[in-house]
Amino acid sequence: MTRSASSFLVVGERTNITGSPKFAKALKAGDWDACLSIALQQVQAGANIIDINVDEALIDGEATMVKFLNLIAAEPEITRVPVMLDSSKWSVLEAGLQCLQGKGIVNSISLKDGEAEFLRRAGLLRRYGAAAVVMAFDEQGQAATCNEKVRICTRAYHLLIDRVGFPAEDIIFDPNILTVGTGIEEHNNYAVDFFEAVRIIKHTLPHAKVSGGVSNVSFAFRGNNPVREAMHTAFLYHAIGAGLDMAIVNAGMLGVYEEIEPTLRERVEDVLLNRRPDSTERLITLAEEIKAAAAGEKSQTPESKSQIADAWRSASVEERLKHALVKGIDAFIEADTEEARRNTAKYPRPLHIIEGPLMDGMRVVGDLFGAGKMFLPQVVKSARVMKRAVAVLTPFMEEEKRLAVAAGSAVQAQGRIVMATVKGDVHDIGKNIVGVVLACNNYEVFDLGVMVPADKILSEAKRRGADAIGLSGLITPSLDEMVHVAKEMQRQGFTIPLLIGGATTSPAHTAVKIATEYPHGVVHVLDASRVVNVASALLSPEQKPAFIADLQVKQQRQRDEFAARRARTPLLPLATARARAPKCDWAAVDIPRPEFFGTRIYTADPVQGSGFNVRGSPNFSLQPSAFSLSDVVAYIDWAPFFSAWELHGRYPDILTDAAVGAEATKLFADAQVLLARIVAEKRFDPRAILAFFPANSVGDSVEVYADEQRTRVVEAFHFLRQQNEKPADQFNHCLADYIAPKSSGRIDYLGAFAVTAGPGVEAFAAEFKAAQDDYSAIMVQALGDRIAEALAEYFHKQARDFSGYGRTENLSMDQLIHEKYRGVRPAPGYPACPDHTQKPQLWRLMDIEAAIGMKLTESCAMTPASSVSGFYFNHPDSKYFAVGKLARDQVEDYASRSARPVGEVEKWLSPYLGYEPTT
Amino acid sequence: MAATAFTNPSSAAFAALFAKRIVVLDGAMGSLIQGYGLQEADFRGTRFTTHPHDLKGNNDLLSITRPDVITEIHSRYFAAGADLVETNTFNSTSISQADYRTESLVTEINTAAVACARAAALQAEAATPGRRCFVAGAVGPLNRTLSMSPDVNRPEYRAVVWPQVVAAYTEQIRALLAAGVDALLIETIFDTLNAKAALFATASLFEELGIRIPVMISVTITDASGRTLSGQTVAAFYHSVRHARPFSVGFNCALGAKDMRPYLEELAALAECHVTCYPNAGLPNAFGGYDEQPADTAAVLRDFAAQGWLNLVGGCCGTTPDHIAAIAAAVRDLPPRRTPALEPALRLSGLEPLVVE
Repeated sequence: MTRSASSFLVVGERTNITGSPKFAKALKAGDWDACLSIALQQVQAGANIIDINVDEALIDGEATMVKFLNLIAAEPEITRVPVMLDSSKWSVLEAGLQCLQGKGIVNSISLKDGEAEFLRRAGLLRRYGAAAVVMAFDEQGQAATCNEKVRICTRAYHLLIDRVGFPAEDIIFDPNILTVGTGIEEHNNYAVDFFEAVRIIKHTLPHAKVSGGVSNVSFAFRGNNPVREAMHTAFLYHAIGAGLDMAIVNAGMLGVYEEIEPTLRERVEDVLLNRRPDSTERLITLAEEIKAAAAGEKSQTPESKSQIADAWRSASVEERLKHALVKGIDAFIEADTEEARRNTAKYPRPLHIIEGPLMDGMRVVGDLFGAGKMFLPQVVKSARVMKRAVAVLTPFMEEEKRLAVAAGSAVQAQGRIVMATVKGDVHDIGKNIVGVVLACNNYEVFDLGVMVPADKILSEAKRRGADAIGLSGLITPSLDEMVHVAKEMQRQGFTIPLLIGGATTSPAHTAVKIATEYPHGVVHVLDASRVVNVASALLSPEQKPAFIADLQVKQQRQRDEFAARRARTPLLPLATARARAPKCDWAAVDIPRPEFFGTRIYTADPVQGSGFNVRGSPNFSLQPSAFSLSDVVAYIDWAPFFSAWELHGRYPDILTDAAVGAEATKLFADAQVLLARIVAEKRFDPRAILAFFPANSVGDSVEVYADEQRTRVVEAFHFLRQQNEKPADQFNHCLADYIAPKSSGRIDYLGAFAVTAGPGVEAFAAEFKAAQDDYSAIMVQALGDRIAEALAEYFHKQARDFSGYGRTENLSMDQLIHEKYRGVRPAPGYPACPDHTQKPQLWRLMDIEAAIGMKLTESCAMTPASSVSGFYFNHPDSKYFAVGKLARDQVEDYASRSARPVGEVEKWLSPYLGYEPTT
Repeated sequence: MAATAFTNPSSAAFAALFAKRIVVLDGAMGSLIQGYGLQEADFRGTRFTTHPHDLKGNNDLLSITRPDVITEIHSRYFAAGADLVETNTFNSTSISQADYRTESLVTEINTAAVACARAAALQAEAATPGRRCFVAGAVGPLNRTLSMSPDVNRPEYRAVVWPQVVAAYTEQIRALLAAGVDALLIETIFDTLNAKAALFATASLFEELGIRIPVMISVTITDASGRTLSGQTVAAFYHSVRHARPFSVGFNCALGAKDMRPYLEELAALAECHVTCYPNAGLPNAFGGYDEQPADTAAVLRDFAAQGWLNLVGGCCGTTPDHIAAIAAAVRDLPPRRTPALEPALRLSGLEPLVVE
């Protein structure tokens, strides 16, 4: 039975919190608009069904699922497609079913919890009217081989049809797509097992459908999207051929099978189809070449490559050991280790070599892997190199031990670690890799397998005299089970450390929920490459106390942060907060009068960079003034540019950073080349508008007047005041405090601005996208954002000059970029004035759309996207602050000041509400 | 779809009638009640003279306070040729009755309504030996909806949640079943999720009581968009309720017969069960009344029946015993629609259908 790709269904994975970091971030931040736009994008991108998964330890799954589904129900463009409710918690699935008017799919049910529960849930699904994804799990665990997959699916099929009357066509089997190319031999046939199982299921279980989560197959190559995309495409090609009906995929990461580069396709298929013993090695080699080529190293000749390849042999022995570990080269490792061992002056004990250069190398591996720059198989290779190095040293350590015993000294026991995937969970790939890495590092590992109940873990730990316990889990409920294990350890009087790992675990959850149950050290281990560092510290009597103390400080901080986030900060009554406004001697304060009133428009010099030239024309003029983009470039703050590329660090230090320096330098060089092109070819068309108006504050609002006689109010901006409790010497700030009150008798001025890098940003990015050059397209957009911010900084400088005091600032560019000047330019939607609806007011006041073409969406987002708008305040004490949480009294007051319904105001300010809105 | 055995003997006879011919349902209840010119005192009767809320307009309460009127209306429809009448229970849930503060009377109202309909059915059967007359328990849509927010500023808000709706429907349907209806008719569905809650309640009651009677489903297409108020197309709606293995699906209310044509044609090709149609007497006129004459409604329905699209006909808002008599005569010599056998397929839906062969 075959199926053409056209009738194959794409289940969008981008609204799956475990499949999309962007969605996860938006959901955790409560940014529902962003969540909805992700959902909409994937429907527009062609998803036939959308998978919705909100499983995250610190999220209320039921409430979040209900709210998201209810929001989607109001978006016809999204809700036109069926929903796949995806959760490992039945209660979340059931809450979701109660919100779906259409016929959806539940993902998933399985025999994992036994036949009775399986049948009960299936019966309820019949009643709710949903189709079901049935995972190939049973009481014994997850099916990995073809036989197991078919056996479990067949059993489930007959139970569903015979016992529940479940329609066969509403059964969708998920026979587990498992990761291949991991470097672990047992994984080599996983894809073949899947294809074969699909073929048999489609043939022997009439009308049943088959689905799967494809991204798992390429997990070993994360960080290398070209290879992953090729793997997904080839995998789907074969799976669809076998009868796969649908798959959960990122539609944006699917290519055309025929268009995969032939060598890559061959290597990928070697791995997927398990065609040769060295297929993983060969794909890794190619993957590295592809990555290197993408990084611009293509031009090197073979000779120069081999020269570089051998050059490392002439470095110091420590450098050689490190290089061998990082590159996974085992050819010289024994000789190099022996060379280090003989240097007894430097390394009196063999253990010092392990703790020194070898661990240094493993740390680099850990960092690279953690940063997504190394693949899992490479880590495994590195671990093997490590093992061979340790093997060289072991006889000498044994001898040392024998001598120590002979001398009557205590012998340090070898580290023993009991590991298990907790009860209710069957995912163990990560745990197995941790086991390999630990074993390679000479730990004695007792792996108890999957779905291991707490009492078995603990009795084994006692029996084996374990020095530490490692728990793994991938699905959300495992987190609760880990808490249970920790409680049991405490109850049974354990004192050994507990290691926590797995995809849904996190340092925050470990600190908040698990570590509080067990005081003898609960450590979250990010991934396999980190585990050796953690284990060696915990099992070393010298290092352990400091490590635990440091850990406990860190975890306390994480708990505090979490509590602070969640705590309902007590808020002051609005009247009290207002009484705590900063005091200002309005009779004495310097109020600079700007050089002009009304608006001024600027466009980048259409002929050539001739500099800023409006100072000589103080009269208000509709004629745009010109400025040079190359002048603006100097105002770019580069640090956020690197963050956008997930390279974190201070600029310019990041360029020489040990871990990311090389990548950062390459990136920066590419950015400079592109930026020069943007300026030279006038690819962007930046514009700006500035304005000054006479103004006074009235309470927490600012009135803007048509003229200095203050005869007519042309606009009133309403601001919000901090309501959090503060020490006696601190104030409750509001932006209106920076404008002289009407009652002071003095006139003050409010500035406003809008700047944009221009529509050229998207147009230029689109050119690259059309040419399949996503790297440059993203680079253009990142530069667009930097230019927009630089424009804001550049024009703020002009604005301060117009106000007079700017001309005597005498600040360096670095000081300018770090805002070491008087005055602020807060932007609506940001912490000091969080209400986005002030933007339409700014647009009205300055007629921004007509002047420079910038527009607002109905959500008050600016287009073009690379834009900034805001206010100028010149008060000498003005500063940036966050308004923080708002109490109901202020929201009601704010609604009444701005003559809007309270409900509408609450909607716009919802992330800031310090209370539950009622209606 | 596999035939399902019904536990109630009269339900089995009811199902047998559908195999023979096009079945005739009654017409409007509300407009006929209006014709009796009932006042507040009629609605209150002797029992609710001190009820704290006005009761005029709570038509369902008349099954208790003026059973004579309700029984007479049913009798008029049987006399016009209806095989099946709907109980006067369109709003007989605690959620809808709360508008009159009569939510505590739900069981009693439903029981009394079935008694009125059954009395009329027995009289009609007695008047014509050999004739079978049936009673369907009418389950209406509720005045609150699960799929839509009443507050445009808070799209995620719902005035009512699933467990409340299931509880309200369970209470009503339990009373209808206990009083012995021959079928259930979940009708005037404008929000599919409300209907799914009613179907969920029904399935749970069937399991609890160990019974099964025919479940009829009738959706309302609001306008020329061809969609329900909650946004679903005809096929999407059908996919959403198909799991309940309904005895019939069809359309009523909002539109006149001729405006239902494309939707009925689509449903007739899709439905793996009987298909029903009981339209309004045309579209409302400027005063909210209905002008379509019996002969006109009957002619359109006869055409639908001739196309082989129908298993049951009747009338909704604005139709009268005269309409039903004309409709019954118009379809008398036409064969009922034959249920098509469709290939099994995974039939999903959002607002639109998705079929995976």
